[in-house]
Amino acid sequence: MSLTPSFQPVMPKLKRHTMETLLARGVRLDGRRLDEIRPVEIVPGYVERAEGSALVRLGGTVVLAGVKTDIVAPFPDTPNEGVLVVHAEFVPLASPSFEPGPPDENAIELARVIDRSLREIKAVALDKLVLEPGRHVWRIHVDIYVLNHDGNLFDASALAAMAALLSTRLPAAVKDEQQDRYRVDRSRFTTVLPINHRVVTVTVAKISNRLLVDPTYEEEQVADTRLVVAVSGDGRVAGMQKTGMGYLDYEEVLRAVDLALARSKAYFDALARYVDPYREELERKLAEHAEEPEEEAAAPAEQPPRREEPEEPVAPEPAAEEEPRPEEGPEE
Amino acid sequence: MGGAGEKPQLIHWEERGGEKVAVRHDGRLPWDLRPIRMEVGVLSNADGSALVEYGGTRVVAAVYGPREAVPRHIALPDRAVLRCRYHMAPFSTSERKTPAPTRREVELSKVIREALEAVVLTELFPRTTIDVYMEVLQSDGGTRTAAVTAASLALADAGIAMRDLVAGVAVGKVDGVLVLDIDEIEDNYAEADMPVALAPSLDRVLLLQLNGVLTSSEFAKALEMARKGAEEIYRLQKEALRRKYVEAVPEQG
Amino acid sequence: MEPRTIVLPGDVLAVGRDVVPGSIYVERVGDRLIATIPGLVVVDEKNGKKTVSIIPLEGAYIPKPGDIVIGLVKDIGITHWEVDIASPYKGILTVQEVLDKPFNPATDSLKKYLDVGDYIVAKVLAFDRARDPLLTLKGEGLGRVSEGAIVEIKPSRVARVIGKKGSMINMIMRETGCDILVGQNGRILVRCPNRELEEIAILSIKKIEAEAHTTGLTERVRALIREERTRRGV
Repeated sequence: MSLTPSFQPVMPKLKRHTMETLLARGVRLDGRRLDEIRPVEIVPGYVERAEGSALVRLGGTVVLAGVKTDIVAPFPDTPNEGVLVVHAEFVPLASPSFEPGPPDENAIELARVIDRSLREIKAVALDKLVLEPGRHVWRIHVDIYVLNHDGNLFDASALAAMAALLSTRLPAAVKDEQQDRYRVDRSRFTTVLPINHRVVTVTVAKISNRLLVDPTYEEEQVADTRLVVAVSGDGRVAGMQKTGMGYLDYEEVLRAVDLALARSKAYFDALARYVDPYREELERKLAEHAEEPEEEAAAPAEQPPRREEPEEPVAPEPAAEEEPRPEEGPEE
Repeated sequence: MGGAGEKPQLIHWEERGGEKVAVRHDGRLPWDLRPIRMEVGVLSNADGSALVEYGGTRVVAAVYGPREAVPRHIALPDRAVLRCRYHMAPFSTSERKTPAPTRREVELSKVIREALEAVVLTELFPRTTIDVYMEVLQSDGGTRTAAVTAASLALADAGIAMRDLVAGVAVGKVDGVLVLDIDEIEDNYAEADMPVALAPSLDRVLLLQLNGVLTSSEFAKALEMARKGAEEIYRLQKEALRRKYVEAVPEQG
Repeated sequence: MEPRTIVLPGDVLAVGRDVVPGSIYVERVGDRLIATIPGLVVVDEKNGKKTVSIIPLEGAYIPKPGDIVIGLVKDIGITHWEVDIASPYKGILTVQEVLDKPFNPATDSLKKYLDVGDYIVAKVLAFDRARDPLLTLKGEGLGRVSEGAIVEIKPSRVARVIGKKGSMINMIMRETGCDILVGQNGRILVRCPNRELEEIAILSIKKIEAEAHTTGLTERVRALIREERTRRGV
């Protein structure tokens, strides 16, 4: 069940009035123009133990995404593809408005929107993640961890997820012939995760009939609504989600999409600036290692790949791990 | 997206009146809606209810409210709380769907609620809840759009004040062609699937999602297609509501 | 817009600034006046300005001070009763609004006067949206219901059951010989000489509820009562 949120932080009328006066002059409380994105910083490989990771700072918003891999049976209707799973947690330490517990509708929505944006454009080359067609494939888990909420979680999270994927290296897969399964050997890495396209999201907020990009937490509180637009590296619209109560006029939708396409450059530039060097370095190091003789790696025994029931129910306890069917077969 | 085995041919091209026309797997043309049925006041216990069918998709919506907020702490002092539940019956899909709420149902309940929040005059009923329940009885694509359409009819049936009705329809891109009101097969293989809900009289977009990839000009065309489709659905909604009152009179005195 | 036409949410009632909304169910959006609920249009003039309002055909009962309602006692507190008044808001009846003498909770019990399950005819004393409506039993014709049948109809149909200046309800009472009290909240108390007449009265009330949006209703209801009386031999 979805409920009208009861946590409604109060913005003092004076502040709101100031905000609107400034907006009329084309400026925001923090001095930005309406179409300006806050300073972006990306730290790829932030969590060394993970196969891939990235920390993103977008103004005051901080999101960490981590990538872990394992080996499972593919879904029956995609026997020649690996599996991509995207989850998000709005950790309580990130905001007074986050409560402990399993992901709420906001976290679920965010994860699913980012999942769809990555999936539809085929950002990750899932067809190159097959160990044995129809039997064993790589599963890529992207976990998005919001650490500080100062607005625009979508863009920061999508950026973190994309950067984490770009900085991911695949461990070695060792076949156990007797048991006919694979185990993951994380002491050795083979290649970087194959990526076809880059995709980011650009969030456009509507406040008093004005459209602004990259809203802060305060701006989101007063916004009528937001439109999250996923943009691919080749300038196509790779996804969209109108989120939040309120409406957009028909014309505003078209303007918002144009705005998003234009401003996506800031995010792609950040990926190029912070993540490309890291990925290139990674590729270089992996190529070097490949030429070295393989060592006998004593890796711990891996769990047999768990094949989860598609569409696990949302359990009240945090325990249940859900395996969302990529786009859940019959989408509707 | 994507199913097992051979991808069926979903669009074939025909010569009609000297022009090449795209014909869909069920014979529809790109701008055709499926046969649509709407009926208001189908459940006697609910304050308002409606049954909506878009072809093989069948959804029933019920509204209870405004009513006392239970539990008390969810109530808001200056407006009604909207509580929406979009749910699919286990037998509604070809493979049985678990009855427990899934992440997809959580997301759809949210976007539908947000669409309704934009039109319901919640300030008229402070400290109450308005509960909207939507059950998909049979799923053949476009369930969330049929659901929000049914919910809006149920709210009107219950006499809950709204600025406009909400009409929902999904546009898809199938084999390179933009088509209106996609069904399940089309959705499975579509390059893009875009559910939209509008308040047609006000020309406001209340629900908008895109799953797939479109160029910016394809998007603009698809949105226009959705708008036209929604206008037709809106007309049918008003007819369904009026029928409620016409049928009540046996013979005029 | 023709008066007495049925309008639906989203219907445009008027365009331009020289007409103003006359009810909470008419919203101004830009330069248009829009209906927000299924109902009948009423065009009027107030202070030289044209107004357009809607008589709703559906909707919950929202209490107004001065309304007479028929409530059902749901719960008993220490010094008050909670009353279901067929509304999203529950009525509060304090003991001071029932008894003329002082009430001592230590020695006395509210149950003695009104119990859970009792119907009462009450008046709404006060209601502001921030708190539950306050009721009173002090007044002519108010009090516990001891006999008769309670009929529930949609509150939006009450006005039609009463009729212009009571014309409809007085006609029914004359034709059936019953005593009928119509609560604004859609609950109606019917007290009749016998069971058959009670059934006829209820039938006619239900008919009005179903055909509230039509014209010529008074005649059809009168005809129904007479037919039924003949048919049943009462």
